[in-house]
Amino acid sequence: MAEVAFGGVTYDCRDGETVLEALLRQGVDLPFSCRVGLCLTCLLRAETGSVPAEAQEGLKETLRLQGYFLACQCRPGRNLKVAPPEDAAIFGRVKVVALDRLAPQVCRVMLEPANPLYYRAGQFVNLRRQDGLGRSYSLASVPRLDCHLELHVKRLPGGQMSNWIFDELETGAALDVQGPNGACYYVPGRPEQSLLLIGNGTGLAPLMGIARDALSDGHTGPIQLYHGSRHAAGLYLRAELEALAARHDNFDYVPCLSGPANADGCRAGRADAVAFSDHTKLAGWRVFLCGYPPMVHGAKKLAYLAGAALDDIQADPFELRDLRREPRD
Amino acid sequence: MTTSLFEKIGGEAAVNAAVDLFYRKVLADPQINEFFDDTDMDAQRGKQKAFLTMAFGGPNDYTGKDLRSAHAPLVAKGLNDSHFGAVAGHLKSTLDELGVPVELAQEVMTIAASTHDDVLNL
Repeated sequence: MAEVAFGGVTYDCRDGETVLEALLRQGVDLPFSCRVGLCLTCLLRAETGSVPAEAQEGLKETLRLQGYFLACQCRPGRNLKVAPPEDAAIFGRVKVVALDRLAPQVCRVMLEPANPLYYRAGQFVNLRRQDGLGRSYSLASVPRLDCHLELHVKRLPGGQMSNWIFDELETGAALDVQGPNGACYYVPGRPEQSLLLIGNGTGLAPLMGIARDALSDGHTGPIQLYHGSRHAAGLYLRAELEALAARHDNFDYVPCLSGPANADGCRAGRADAVAFSDHTKLAGWRVFLCGYPPMVHGAKKLAYLAGAALDDIQADPFELRDLRREPRD
Repeated sequence: MTTSLFEKIGGEAAVNAAVDLFYRKVLADPQINEFFDDTDMDAQRGKQKAFLTMAFGGPNDYTGKDLRSAHAPLVAKGLNDSHFGAVAGHLKSTLDELGVPVELAQEVMTIAASTHDDVLNL
């Protein structure tokens, strides 16, 4: 059993338990979200003691060297003294410059960073409001094409952050962002490679960024984007995507409706099912999967079985927060 | 000094080429894929790579005790001789597909067969 010192108090950490689990169990109110090492919400800094390598996986070198680690992935072998992240090292200030509804349940948030954010289209940031509430959102913008950061926020039933963004956030407001994070992005160097992009809901955001990034980089291979929703209204930005497809011979946009009603020009069925019925052989392809976690995990397996190499499959499951059994008070 | 099996076969590059083929065959086989169905495919691939490294005679940390404890939950779920045989079949066809010479493939299959009792907790 190891001990974890935090905020002047020493807590015990049972064998096999993560630092996050140990602190939550003993009543510490620590921010966290995905619990699977992706979102970086539970980032802490080790002041003394060393953390296992897996607790720093996916972190930037600069953060690793400063002792930052993911509390949800850290099963400490020895005693640790930890502290919350230093704000200046992690968060940057952004200003909301535009808010508009792309669909009844999807809001586009345009942000202007105070200092330039160096990111790749398809990565994600953690957005935090002044009281500390934060969530992860993927970037739909492309650095070389867009001057603002673009996020697509889906209104979730009971979602504290999304409902606040829909109902209360105004242009001109200041927020903090941490990032960029994640490895779901276009990698230049193989312009002839075929790309398959599958997303549902606001999983479209990173995929749109990746597609536009690839096209502006001069990608010549086919780029096939499948976007799925239950309802026609959820197929947002359809006109823009159809216009993009009209401008580029190698880009195809395939809207898919999984609900009971169909609409003009949409394929019937879930985006992943439609995509895999169109493409049964994916050897040599690069595949991007974004959105609802069961779809992403299932599609990852199907893409692999269809011949795509695991290293060529980028999966970005949108793990949702508020996984506590009891709500926070 | 004699060249080891691992070096003759092509070392880590050969393992990397084999793991993608092998894991795909295993996952696609309805007789056995329930034992390999894991949402964390990257972790699952890591395990396949460790196994192939051992079977190719490469540096590995496998012990009989590890194999037993790792497979005990699967044996409880019904893992038996026919499943072991199916996995061995996929290993053989992977080696064939990669064009591994017959005598080297035979050595690999012998190493794999040596895990039989530990894997099935016999």
